[in-house]
Amino acid sequence: MTANSGTGIAERVTGARRGDRVGDSPARPDGAQKTRGEFAFSSDLWMDGMLWGKTLRSPHVAAKIRSVDTAPALAIPGVRAVVTAADVPGRPTFGLDVPDQPVFASEVIRYHGEPVAAVAADHPEAARAAAAAIFVDYEPLVPVVDPEIALEASPIHPDGNVFRHLVIRHGAPDATGDVVVEGDYEVGMQDQAFLGPESGLAVPAEDGGVDLYIATQWLHVDRDQIAASLGVPAERVRLYLAGVGGAFGGREDVSLQIHLCMLALRTGRPVKMVYARDESFFGHVHRHPARMWYRHHASRDGDLVKVEARIVIDGGAYLSSSNAVISNAACFAPGPYRVPNALVEGYAVRTNNPPCGAMRGFGAVQVCFGHEAQMDKLAAALFMDPVELRLRNALERNDRLVTGQVLRGAVPVREVIRAAASHPLPPPPDPAGPVTARPGGAGATAGPEDVRRGVGFAVSMKNIAYSEGFDDFVTARLRLEAGVDGEAVATVSVATAEVGQGFVTLAAQIVREELGVARVVLAPPSTVDVGSAGSSSASRQTWMSGGALQLACATLRAELVVRAAELWECAATQCLFDDGDVVRAATGERLSVPDLLAPAPLETEHEFHHRPTRALDADGQGDAHLSFMFAAHRAVVDVDPELGLVRVVQIATGQDVGKAINPVQVTGQIEGGVAQGIGLAVMEEIVVTEGHVRNPSFTDYLLPTVLDMPDVLATVIEEPEPGAPYGAKGVGEPPTISSGPAVLAAIRDATGFPVTRAPVRPEDIALTWMRRTS
Amino acid sequence: MPPEGPATARSLGGPADGPAYVQADRYELLVNGTRRTVEDAWLGESLLYVLRERLGLPGSKNACEQGECGSCSVLLDSVVVCACLVLGVDAIGSQVETVEGLSADGDVAEIQAGLVDAGGVQCGFCTPGFVVAVHDLLRRTPLADEMAVREALSGNLCRCTGYGRILEAVRRVQRSRAVSDDSDGSDGGTGDGE
Ligand code: FES
Ligand code: FES
Repeated sequence: MTANSGTGIAERVTGARRGDRVGDSPARPDGAQKTRGEFAFSSDLWMDGMLWGKTLRSPHVAAKIRSVDTAPALAIPGVRAVVTAADVPGRPTFGLDVPDQPVFASEVIRYHGEPVAAVAADHPEAARAAAAAIFVDYEPLVPVVDPEIALEASPIHPDGNVFRHLVIRHGAPDATGDVVVEGDYEVGMQDQAFLGPESGLAVPAEDGGVDLYIATQWLHVDRDQIAASLGVPAERVRLYLAGVGGAFGGREDVSLQIHLCMLALRTGRPVKMVYARDESFFGHVHRHPARMWYRHHASRDGDLVKVEARIVIDGGAYLSSSNAVISNAACFAPGPYRVPNALVEGYAVRTNNPPCGAMRGFGAVQVCFGHEAQMDKLAAALFMDPVELRLRNALERNDRLVTGQVLRGAVPVREVIRAAASHPLPPPPDPAGPVTARPGGAGATAGPEDVRRGVGFAVSMKNIAYSEGFDDFVTARLRLEAGVDGEAVATVSVATAEVGQGFVTLAAQIVREELGVARVVLAPPSTVDVGSAGSSSASRQTWMSGGALQLACATLRAELVVRAAELWECAATQCLFDDGDVVRAATGERLSVPDLLAPAPLETEHEFHHRPTRALDADGQGDAHLSFMFAAHRAVVDVDPELGLVRVVQIATGQDVGKAINPVQVTGQIEGGVAQGIGLAVMEEIVVTEGHVRNPSFTDYLLPTVLDMPDVLATVIEEPEPGAPYGAKGVGEPPTISSGPAVLAAIRDATGFPVTRAPVRPEDIALTWMRRTS
Repeated sequence: MPPEGPATARSLGGPADGPAYVQADRYELLVNGTRRTVEDAWLGESLLYVLRERLGLPGSKNACEQGECGSCSVLLDSVVVCACLVLGVDAIGSQVETVEGLSADGDVAEIQAGLVDAGGVQCGFCTPGFVVAVHDLLRRTPLADEMAVREALSGNLCRCTGYGRILEAVRRVQRSRAVSDDSDGSDGGTGDGE
């Protein structure tokens, strides 16, 4: 039962050269500290005289606020300040895309858990009691919680209920196929459930501004939103990245940042805030629930002719990144297949449900459940093998997407499918095996004779980095100097948020590869001395921050060559850089980097932009995306249909990575991403009824444990991507996209039931079983 | 200037006799072999809060504070407990060992190195809890088979790794100990799992 005993990356991981350059797998520079409990996460910070902050949130889904009385809170000993909407000094709203979300609700409550006030007190318990003592007079309203109804309902926000309506028209609208299959699919609301709770420490500064130590995915965009709401110039709001305990999209939006800074400025004292787990469920955006209708047309031979789809995602009360999520959902609605004709309609809708935004794979995850179920249906209708059908229609280089964009980069769709399909299957379920290996695990409720095995397949694609004309860039500075012992030291300053993904490891690998300098130091990321690095999301930092660093290294290499040429009094063209030395071609003389740094350090700063992308036109056509990643997953499951219990036995995958810069870290991204995919397939859902969140705890929102995780057999396909540093694509999102749909396909295979909704709940299987057997 | 790491116990800094909470008399805890005084604490504070916020030991983590994730695992009289579920005052008279204290132990250091080398650490928020749990498991059951390892670690959530590299780290530590045990002729325990 060894994980990763497959081909490809597995051997490379176990036999990995423990070097420290590109393609090696050096250990994380922060790993040892993390294992000893010495790494300072955002919830570990403190300062003398610090206060504790606490938010008051609405118990109602939709309501009018008649009045707020903070006096009872202020009367509690140890309470130093209470702030509400009336105290927001600057812009009363914030938002990643459009500032449509109130810092504190003032007149209207639009979702369960919306912040109304915040308190600072000497002790967290005093803060909690004070928040509870604030008297808010609410007039409950009837919430709008169904996105289809919200489309037509009177607006629940001045900006209206439709965030975005997007249509993609491609090819001949009236084309039809010999074989037509149709289906409705649904995906529930998933939570990022990063383990490090939202937390930070705000310290008032002498210039009237504030220093904020915070766990986030994007320091600069947080800063701009905080500064706007505080009404102070951006340069007086200084953000420093505190240790980030995971993110997965859930830290892209502002949560407690503005509240914390307001409390610090109001009290003149440092204020710390840490969300408890229940508050974390209310404090960040979630993965959009989606409803999808699909109709696929194919020729008798199995060539896709047309895909029609209608996709409605529920954005909840505020916009967040809904516009980009629905764009991804629409653009990738057909999946990684050649589709000559398409009509895709996408809606992102505002409701009184919890706000939804970024989560790993966003947009592509939801539609993958639809397009892959359709491919299986089509295969059945055509009496074709589902893997064959996918291979036959797989995208290739120079094919067009339904947006009209021609694929110019690496498109190894067939390779990832073949890789996933060629892993060995696990042995059949063993009735004599341990009960813990059965569906339902240690509860031993599943009888061995009831267990049915199923195998399912799914393939996916997603864009890397920002799309639709967004000016996506990273600023990076690199300094080279001789250390006290004479050895060269490279210092990297880049505001890239390390959220666990391992950018800190890659950054050092890239500098060592490019400059041959062993000692690489990463300056702590902040907004103080370097420009934006964009968000650690959309699988973009390896390409973007990695690309910025590679450019910076190239500049310094050129300057080292010029220095050497001046010393040798020869032309720079006669010198070349060779692994940490400059060599004079004619004579073979060498000067080391430390030699060349002796007169003065070298420094350079670069702003790296990716190739521009374009907006989609009225027909949803345009080169909207930079590049694409592809993955295939095969799932093997055991199901006890009577009890509706599922055990995922194995996941095999092929993933297009361009280049594995750090194979061990790539494996970690694959396994971790698969876990989140399996979670969405069979366990994880924020249950929302009439707008109320019913399960804001790890007791009721179930995350996969080590007993739920199957063996993962992974093969990476390394076909270099033109324009990307070392040809490397991102790796974080694809494992989360098609792993879940493969599990649903396997459950369909095991049971013969339609299974059109993720996550699959025990009752979805058991009730169908009951109906069919009675 | 970034905040300094925790170093000393802190007091509440204000009157604390309101309806919200009641001050305790000062009490003493034995943490990582050292007597530590907890001043002016509210009786409702969990051991986790006391360790993290009063005794300057934030290594035990606070991912859920409801007993579901294992990130706060400590040894209480040599038994693994969730520090978030134990009141600080309930630990009076017991020996508390946290990840900070355990790090001085060579066996623990081997587990820590294994986790880093195998790629079992990403964001690292679950890591101190896994260090304590793996240490406890291998101390009791050095030769635990894979299913026993999974069962023993199933109370520890990790959201980043999917557990594959953590299991790999445990296997590596077991292998290296088996080799050194062979050379000194001892035989170790066996798995207690199914
Ligand atoms: S913090 Fe104690 S179990 Fe999660
Ligand atoms: S490494 Fe992030 S939770 Fe385990």
